Amino acid sequence: MNPSAISFEDFSQDWGSAPWLIDMHVDAYGMINMNIDATQVIQAVEDLRAYEKAPIQFLTDLCAVHYPERSGKELEVVYHLHCLTQNLRLRVKAALPESQARIPSLCSVFAGANWMERETFDFYGIQFEGHPDLRRILNMDEMDYHPLLKQYALEDETRDDKDDRFFGR
Amino acid sequence: MVKIVEQPEGYEGQGFFATSLDKVIGMARANSLWPLPFATSCCGIEFMATMGANYDLARFGSERLSFTPRQADLLMVMGTISKKMGPILKQVYDQMAEPKWVISVGACACSGGIFDTYSVLQGIDRVIPVDVYVPGCPPRPEQIIEGVLKIQELAKNESLRRRNSDEYKRMLESYNIETR
Repeated sequence: MNPSAISFEDFSQDWGSAPWLIDMHVDAYGMINMNIDATQVIQAVEDLRAYEKAPIQFLTDLCAVHYPERSGKELEVVYHLHCLTQNLRLRVKAALPESQARIPSLCSVFAGANWMERETFDFYGIQFEGHPDLRRILNMDEMDYHPLLKQYALEDETRDDKDDRFFGR
Repeated sequence: MVKIVEQPEGYEGQGFFATSLDKVIGMARANSLWPLPFATSCCGIEFMATMGANYDLARFGSERLSFTPRQADLLMVMGTISKKMGPILKQVYDQMAEPKWVISVGACACSGGIFDTYSVLQGIDRVIPVDVYVPGCPPRPEQIIEGVLKIQELAKNESLRRRNSDEYKRMLESYNIETR
């Protein structure tokens, strides 16, 4: 990864006191990670987009992770943001409890978030509040669960030609 | 040297040849199968080689691929079929006119293959009846040709009444396919 013109020191000085920020650090690969308050995600992204030194205009990816062992923060929505002019990349994370898996939709800020949020809903069941059309996008419509939550088996349970002894199940 | 199909058994004399209708029609059907390729992944690439000049499936009377199910005799399913694709595959099968045959090419189409996962159909025989299975990951073109030759054997030896039999209708009903 090419280094950005914005150093982590400058960045943390500018954003260290943002009201939506919980904490931030730079990882071993030089990527800036921010943990933010899930309820203020729209404000956070709009603020970062208006950052004068490096306006962060591009949502590279949006996904989620399930950590069943993290009580109260089982789900995490991850936003990958990119400033194209300064080559500054951010990984912004918002933790959610599994019982209240809802977060504001970013569709009002980035139109490209639409399908990524649908995908994240499809696989993790996270409700993106304010999304114009939150329905499954990749899995079949009849599916009645969210397959990447860790309580569900990856394997197809209807498969009958596998002998458990040979497949470690 | 041009090799043509041998004539079926029958009685021959000067100016006439008599045999059963089953055999004549079977011979004609077997040697003019129109395949519909339903190629979704790497087995489809092997199929392209099968249709190409080196292996040349056309030698067996199948050079005319039918890209509409309504004119096809043989549905060749080659590749992973996801559960979302299942109803589409079934619709394609449903649109084919009788008599129709299905060949399942490759481990994924036969059993789900390595994709033992929630999103993949664990074998196309869960949605449509299959006549011939070609194993392999992917199978070589020779194997695909062997599979087509097996279909030809089935077509050649099939009774003309088979598709009207109660047994056949029951089999289709077990797949929830409407019989006409």
